[in-house]
Formats: sequence, C-alpha cells, structure tokens
Amino acid sequence: MSPEITLAAGEASQHRPLIITLFAIFVAATLVITVWAGRQTKSAADFYAGGRQFTAFQNGLAVSGDYMSAASFLGIAGAIALFGYDGFLYSIGFLVAWLVALLLVAEPLRNSGRYTMGDVLAYRMRQRPVRTAAGTSTIVVSIFYLLAQMAGAGVLVSLLLGITTDAGKIGIVALVGVLMIVYVTIGGMKGTTWVQMVKACLLIAGALLLTFLVLLKFNFNISDLLGKAASNSGKGSAFLNPGLKYGATGTTKLDFISLGIALVLGTAGLPHILIRFYTVPTAKAARKSVIWAIGLIGAFYLMTLALGFGAAALIKPDEIIASNKAGNTAAPLLALHLGGVDSNWGAILLATISAVAFATILAVVAGLTLASSSSFAHDIYANVIKRGKATEKQEMAAARYATVGIGAVSIVLGALARDLNVAGLVALAFAVAASANLPTILYSLFWKRFTTSGALWSIYGGLVAAVGLVLFSPVVSGKPTSMFPDVDFHWFPLENPGIISIPVGFLLGWLGTILSKEEPDTGKYAELEVRSLTGTGAH
Amino acid sequence: MATETPPPSKAEHQLPSTEEFEQVQESAEFAELRSAHRSFAFPVTVAFIVWYLLYVLLCNYADDFMDTKVVGNINIALVLGLAQFLTTFLIAWWYARYSAAKLDPKGEAIKSRMEGGA
Repeated sequence: MSPEITLAAGEASQHRPLIITLFAIFVAATLVITVWAGRQTKSAADFYAGGRQFTAFQNGLAVSGDYMSAASFLGIAGAIALFGYDGFLYSIGFLVAWLVALLLVAEPLRNSGRYTMGDVLAYRMRQRPVRTAAGTSTIVVSIFYLLAQMAGAGVLVSLLLGITTDAGKIGIVALVGVLMIVYVTIGGMKGTTWVQMVKACLLIAGALLLTFLVLLKFNFNISDLLGKAASNSGKGSAFLNPGLKYGATGTTKLDFISLGIALVLGTAGLPHILIRFYTVPTAKAARKSVIWAIGLIGAFYLMTLALGFGAAALIKPDEIIASNKAGNTAAPLLALHLGGVDSNWGAILLATISAVAFATILAVVAGLTLASSSSFAHDIYANVIKRGKATEKQEMAAARYATVGIGAVSIVLGALARDLNVAGLVALAFAVAASANLPTILYSLFWKRFTTSGALWSIYGGLVAAVGLVLFSPVVSGKPTSMFPDVDFHWFPLENPGIISIPVGFLLGWLGTILSKEEPDTGKYAELEVRSLTGTGAH
Repeated sequence: MATETPPPSKAEHQLPSTEEFEQVQESAEFAELRSAHRSFAFPVTVAFIVWYLLYVLLCNYADDFMDTKVVGNINIALVLGLAQFLTTFLIAWWYARYSAAKLDPKGEAIKSRMEGGA
C-alpha cells in the first residue's frame, strides 16, 4: 500500500522522464524569450528597467512572479500541511505588507528614481557614501534571499528527480545558477520580466487546478476539509488553531511577533521588488501594478490554504515528513495523491506541479540576481567608482560582469549550503530589508530634516543589527535545527531579529540626523518631494 | 546616445530649476496635494499595522477566543485570518479610488505646468 512513502526513492525516479521533459520545455521556452528580449535590449533603461514599457497588468503579474517564491508555494503549503493554522500566518504577513508598498513607497519611488533603490536613497544626499551603503544592503538582502532559493532548489529538484548523490545536488545548483546568469545577462530586465510573467501564470494555473481538485474531493465543503485535515493530522482541533508551531513557550511567541513585524515591514524594502516599479511608464501604472499584485498574490495565498489543508487531509503526516522534514514536498505529493498514486494522472500531475516549482525557483533567482547586479553596476560602479562618469555602455558591461560574479558566488554558496537548514533565510531577508532599507526610504521621502549621516546610520545600523543578531541566534548555532548544530555561540534567543533590529534602524536614522551638524539640502528635498508626488521630470 | 549617464539629480530631460521646485513646494496647491496624500496614507498605514498586530497578538495569547467555532469546523481564528485578506483587498481598492479622485488631478496639474513652463 505504501511503497510511495519516499517520493525521492520510489515514485520520482519512475516519473523522472516526464518531469525532466516538462523542465526542459520550460527552460527552452524561457531561453527563447530571453534571446528575443536580449535582441531588443539596447540602452541602459532597457537592461535595468525593461524599457519602462510594460503595462500595469503585465508588471503586476511579474511582481507576483518575483514575490511568490518556492518558499511561498512549497513552503507555506508544507507548513500548513504539517502545522495547520500556523502555516497560514506567513501568508497573512506577506500579503498585508503590500499595503506599505502601495501607500508609501511604489509611486514616489517610480517618480523619483531611475534604476535602483539607491537612486531614491541618495537623491538628496552625498552620492558616494549613500550609494555605497544602498548597494551594500541591496546585495546583502538579495544574497540572503538568493542563498535560500539556491539551496532550496538543490534539495527540491533533487527530491523531485530522485537524485540522491552529492554530485547530483551540486549539479542542480550549478544548473540553476548558470540558467539565471543566462537569463539576466542576455535578457536583462525585459527578459526577466517575461520569464516572471510566464512563471506567474503557470504557478497560478497549477494552484487553481490543485485547489479545484481538493475542493472537488470534499464537495466544496470547506468545513469537511478542515475537519478531515484536523483528524488526519493526529492533532485534532489544535491543528485549526494558532500555536502548534509558535505557541510552545513565551520565547517562541515573542519570536512570532518578531517574525510578523519583519514580514509586514520587509516587502517594501526588498530591492528586487522595488526595481520592478521602474518597468512601467508612470507612477499611476506602478500603483495599478501593486493593486494587481495584491489581488493575484492574495488569491494565490488563499489557494495555498486549500493545498496545505488538502495535503493534511489526504496524506498521512508521516509520509509528508518522510519525503521532506520541512514539508516542502507536500504540494507535489498532494498532486500525486489527487491524480491517483498508481495512475498515469497522478504521474502527470506530479510532474506538472514539479515543473511549476522549478519554474518558480528559476524566475525568482533571476529577479534577485538582476536586482543585485543592477545595484552593483549603477550604484557602486557608475556612481561611486566612476563618480557618475561611466558611459551607458560601460555601465551595462559592468552589470553583466556583476551578474556572472553574483551567479558564481551564489552557485558556490548554494552548493556549500546544500545540507544546511536555510529555510529561515527568506524571513531573515525580510528582516534585513525592514531594518536597513525601509527606515531610510521612508525618512528620505517624508522627513525634511533627514541627512546623509542619518541615512548612513539607518542603513548600516539596521543592517549590522539584523545580521548580527541572526549570527548569534539559534538560526546559526546551538540547536538541532541550526545551520551549524554542532557548535553553540548563540546568546540572542529569537530566530527573527526584527523586533529589535527594525526599531534600531528607525532610531539610528533619527539619531544620526539630529546628532550631526550637517544641514539638510533643502533645495534637493524640494526637488525630491515635488517629483515624488507629481512625477515632474520622471523618466 | 552614450551620454545619458548620471549624476541622476542634475538637470536631465530639462528638469525645472531648483528654485522652481522650491516655489512649487511652498505653493498652496502643492501643500494641498501633500496633505491629501499624507492624510490618507499615514493614518491608514497606522490603522492596518495596528489591526495586523492585534491579530498577531490574538493568535499568541487568546487561544480560547480563537478556538470558538463559528460554523462547523470554521473557527474565529480562520475568520480573522480571512478578514486580514479582506481588509487588505478593501484598502487597496479604496486607495485606488481615492488617489484617482483626489491625488491624480492635483499632481497632473502641477506636473504639466512645471514641464510645460520649463
């Protein structure tokens, strides 16, 4: 009855040809798009901002594609399948966070910047120090995020393809890395945006199909679905309540608050999301793309609820855990079960959902690589090293070299981290973004007195506080679930630093400003404020 | 073609002069636009963050309340979670309407005057 217990060993290898075929079709299609987009990529605005000619809906789709990482799709569905209600908490923070971007950040950013987050942060400040800081935090946030995706990709794809050898896993990480380098260097923002759109459509279609099949099994009676999930999980009604994952002790509860704050404030400081707003012609289109994204992402998270509880109701928890301890393969397993474990339909559904997951990973890593190489080329190379005197050609060449460099670094890190527990890194990227980037963005846009030293204090202060606390947290050492379980140098009790590091970022930005004797550049602030609200002179 | 490089803040695309920006910034018309944006965005941001934190705290510290069944196996916890989705959608829709009615006309008027007159 249950030879399928390990998806890796039994089922997957027999479905491998089909899964590989679908992967290959996706890769081929995206490469065609990339080459096509690359032919149209001539200017820096093409490379960094896709020519600024995407419509609000297209960009809304692409934003959703950038945002709905494998961590959202597989991670949230898996967390719900194993921990019930607590898995759902992530998606709420991830969604509500978009309102910060909508109300405070997207439009002013589109109106006053050109290519990167640093454009806005450095607008009225001394260029070189602030650009260096903005570039540093962009690259740190993106690498955190990238590492989680790369290591996840290695584990996941190996699992789906039934690869168990170390060499095989490293090969997968390298393949993902090489593909993302190709997407970004050749296709630039235009190619990456189209890849995101294709991926978003596939992901939403895949989730819709599974949700429909789950609900069909329960005759569209949600109460029955929940009841069956609760009883099958073996945890009873506690499964439908908050607390299974975060409710154990006072510390875990505090950790949950910290995570919640980081999620809700992090999105509007994620560089790979922010640069998406430059791909549309106007601030109004940027606003509409956020609204589309809120609708699409919200609908998607509602579907993950059905997938997670569906997996909990239809699959034995032991089987989910045996396949992947964190539940990351719950969604593909659900597909297999919905189609029928020993039938062709099961195999086809499993292969389809696996290919969707693969597409998701590829698209997200491409977006992250683009954000960090753009920031390196535009903020650090062109404005710090070349002091604003680089030609457009030099700047684009720098961006392409940076892409290869960042790709290579993430292949190495991803390969090294393949057996570490990196699932939490995405939440940490949110915490760093909320601590270092968001305070600086908000002060820059809305606080007249804010100065260069304030900006440097909030970026570096938030960055050091967030990364430092993580380093000495149980995420890195001291627990069986840590990255390095065999050593223990942790003294900070929480896994997420947000509750401390975000206030620190805001506080330091304020302190750095009031303590410095520097006079704010009021003329530049007039420019920034008028531009950000009216779009005067926007590119 | 290859000369369109930063510094990103200096006059490009015939940006109006700093003096013009300062004049506009001090004008009553711009003050109205700024307050129309801030009087919406700031309180609503505070409100949805407080509402979200309230939900987080309820999840943590109000087990019995969250466990209350509403219909069948659907409990208050699920209803409140879905309510977060609903309020997010509603605020997005509300802001779309508000900005189209109150912000865009004012912003566009200022922009076209500044760019036209430059």
